[in-house]
Amino acid sequence: MRNFVDQLVNNYEFLETFPRPLLYLIAMVAASAIILGFIAILVMFFVWLERKVAGHMQDRYGPMEVGRHGWLQSIADGIKLFLKEDIIPALADKPLFVIAPIIVFVGAFSAFVVVPFSENLIVADLNIGIFYILAVSSLTVIGIIMAGWSSNNKWALYGAMRSAAQIISYEIPVGIALLAAVLPAGSLSMRDIVLAQSGGFWNWFIFRNPPFGFVACIIYFVAALAEVNRTPFDIPEAESELVAGYHTEYSGMRFAFFFLAEYANMFLVGTIVTTLFLGGWEFPIFPSAFAFLNPIIFVLKGIALVFVMMWLRWTLPRLRVDQLMYVSWKVLLPFAFACLFGVSAWMLLLHSA
Amino acid sequence: MKAYFQNIFEAVRSILIGMKVTWRHLFTKPVTLQYPHEKLDYPERTRGMLFCKIEDCIGCLQCARACPVNCIYIDAPKAPKEVDLGVTSDGTKKRLYVTQFDIDMTLCCYCGLCTEPCPTECLIMTEAYEYTVYDRSDLLLRFAKKGVSY
Amino acid sequence: MLETADLLKEGIKEELKSDEMLLNMGPQHPSTHGVLRLVLRTDGEVVKEAVPHIGYLHRCFEKHAENVTYPQVIPYTDRMDYVGSMNNALGYVIAVEKLMGIKVPERAEYIRVIVAELNRIASHLLAFGTYGLDIGAFTPFMHAFRDREKILDLFEEASGARLLYNYPRIGGVAKDVPPGWLEKTRAFIDYFKPKIKEYNDLLTFNKIFIERTANVGVLPLDLAISYGVTGPNLRGSGMKWDLRRNDPYSIYDRFEFDIPVGTGEMGTVGDCWDRYWVRIREMGESIKIIRQALDQIPAGEVMAPEGLKAIKPPKGEVYVRTETPRGELGYYLISDGSQQPYRLKVRSPCFTAMSVFHEIARGGMIADMVAIVGSLDIVLGEIDR
Repeated sequence: MRNFVDQLVNNYEFLETFPRPLLYLIAMVAASAIILGFIAILVMFFVWLERKVAGHMQDRYGPMEVGRHGWLQSIADGIKLFLKEDIIPALADKPLFVIAPIIVFVGAFSAFVVVPFSENLIVADLNIGIFYILAVSSLTVIGIIMAGWSSNNKWALYGAMRSAAQIISYEIPVGIALLAAVLPAGSLSMRDIVLAQSGGFWNWFIFRNPPFGFVACIIYFVAALAEVNRTPFDIPEAESELVAGYHTEYSGMRFAFFFLAEYANMFLVGTIVTTLFLGGWEFPIFPSAFAFLNPIIFVLKGIALVFVMMWLRWTLPRLRVDQLMYVSWKVLLPFAFACLFGVSAWMLLLHSA
Repeated sequence: MKAYFQNIFEAVRSILIGMKVTWRHLFTKPVTLQYPHEKLDYPERTRGMLFCKIEDCIGCLQCARACPVNCIYIDAPKAPKEVDLGVTSDGTKKRLYVTQFDIDMTLCCYCGLCTEPCPTECLIMTEAYEYTVYDRSDLLLRFAKKGVSY
Repeated sequence: MLETADLLKEGIKEELKSDEMLLNMGPQHPSTHGVLRLVLRTDGEVVKEAVPHIGYLHRCFEKHAENVTYPQVIPYTDRMDYVGSMNNALGYVIAVEKLMGIKVPERAEYIRVIVAELNRIASHLLAFGTYGLDIGAFTPFMHAFRDREKILDLFEEASGARLLYNYPRIGGVAKDVPPGWLEKTRAFIDYFKPKIKEYNDLLTFNKIFIERTANVGVLPLDLAISYGVTGPNLRGSGMKWDLRRNDPYSIYDRFEFDIPVGTGEMGTVGDCWDRYWVRIREMGESIKIIRQALDQIPAGEVMAPEGLKAIKPPKGEVYVRTETPRGELGYYLISDGSQQPYRLKVRSPCFTAMSVFHEIARGGMIADMVAIVGSLDIVLGEIDR
């Protein structure tokens, strides 16, 4: 970002009259606004897509009334939620209750800062990019616990406790599976990781170091599903057990924040898998010829992965709490370690050869 | 150890089978009827809102007696001998003034028992099923003609 | 049975028992299948004690029955187990016919069997769909409802209503089925047979579903018998007991069908998966019965002449039990010779299934409570009546 502003100032001399820090600030705010707006629109699209996918998988249509095939449905829902009464339960812990959805929302959206939509279309290319995402997206769990605790509702509390146990457990396979992509790239920067996979789909990390790259990708995807509370790991909000889990008492706009955050998190997982395993913004074949499509390709890959998540959700039942822990600690974790070792071994072999 | 791997294999296999089913359904034609725009063709016997063709009613009270929830209120005083009330469409002679023939549709349980004993077949269940009203009292159907001097 | 107030008092007495929490599940809860209230004493996720509270849907069926005439009871029976109305009414009309000694015309008997078995399929479809919903899979629910709607269409054509049919009558059925109805029924069962395999692919053999239901809520056979559990729940525990075969009513002795029982294929005999699997297989058996009935159905009257007159059974009493989709439904009817029943007692299969709940729920997790309630396939309308 700083470099970008410096470049601008060099090119357009009249900008020199403004103090540099101010320019940095303006650029940052502008970039954040663009990201926020773009992700928010995408999230609304996902809400619509989810309902359409669900409908058609169940031999229904899904929303059909607002706009052609209901494409404006999300906006209608947004307006509805916005106009709804803002209810705070009488015995709720009011400050926590109010800021919980904001924390969840911030956690979900701030991670997009390091997501590389194309080689230069990235708000901040941090040298610890993937590490930053892991850190920031874990913020969600704090918001969820706050929501569950402050609601003063037993169901919400159950949801929050389940969520805490779940997210903390699944952080570990997530981290280790990601290492299987970070190792061959030799960098934590999102951009460098994508650049390390350039030159056709056979260079993508999912196909490198067979079969460990592929398995690591699957492990990351499954564990990330759990982190974003999607079926079959949606036990924190398990509607048939916990009514609505941690957001039982939320309504109106506060509920909408949770909702938006969930879908933003889904897209985040999609982008991380795309970046780390599916070659980021690159077209599968002859990437240089299709360079102008890069951001679109990146988003499309993300959307495809989000679709897979929806597909899973409308196919599978939900796991129980203990089974969830079993999957994390006894299945995903050993396999993630095996992948890590496998990738390391491949790299040693290739380098020594 | 074998069971462990078999479990994982089974899980992946069954999940993929399930996903195949839902994928197939993604492209089958939905069966939903877009309700306010399209409507189901209701069969002849559909038991919807009650309707009484009051001209044919002879005030025999059989429907009111058949009703298990007592939602039909009929008042039918006897006509003096010299008054001729005419005949119903099937030729039955009317002998009673039907001054009140009310059906409370909020109580009705749609069993259709009242329509069966009607000797002149003037009480029927129509196919109407959309009768949202603003006031509950609007569902008290008053079939007897007001202000008609027999 | 512990009352809530007692539980609360106990909670106050044992001061600061911080590891246990009293959780009130229902009567408004997405998966208690109606207005069931469960008071759970939980230790974390583990349920130490589950106390069901019923009665939120009590509508005085038995008292109502004493104050209406015999034919007027039929709409009330429909409202007990509202997803298996045909079977409920069937049991009642058989009881009255037995009391009066009415011989029901052949065709009416066949029509009754066909609609009762169709209704059994519809009811099991609902059980299957909502069970998937309880476990967390939404799609099977919609698929089940899609096919259930087709059955309801058939019922509407025959009886005029989609849910509360009032179709079987004392002495026969309300009206003969409309022309073409039998062919439509045959077309439906031809359509429906392959769908069962799809349900199995989608839910039954899904590993997650098996993990959630196998070895959960195990109902041993001796416990089931001592509590008087019947129907698919008893058969899930491994007992081959079906009144259609063991004490045939109507014309069920003319048909060939198997009685599926739980074998503990995926876990222990009598677990949730076994009960569920019995229901899925019973749909196939119902198809067999319907097919045979459609082949054999004769032409003729659908109402015995006695049924058209005023129903006035002689003094006496009768007990009739039939196999509804939920188990053994018994009607104990006492007549004092008037037009109204003197007493009508109903033995509800759901009530016994619910009474065994606290035994099999103990020690499960909260998620298991939902799985167990779903696998017992209760209808609160019948428990509370």
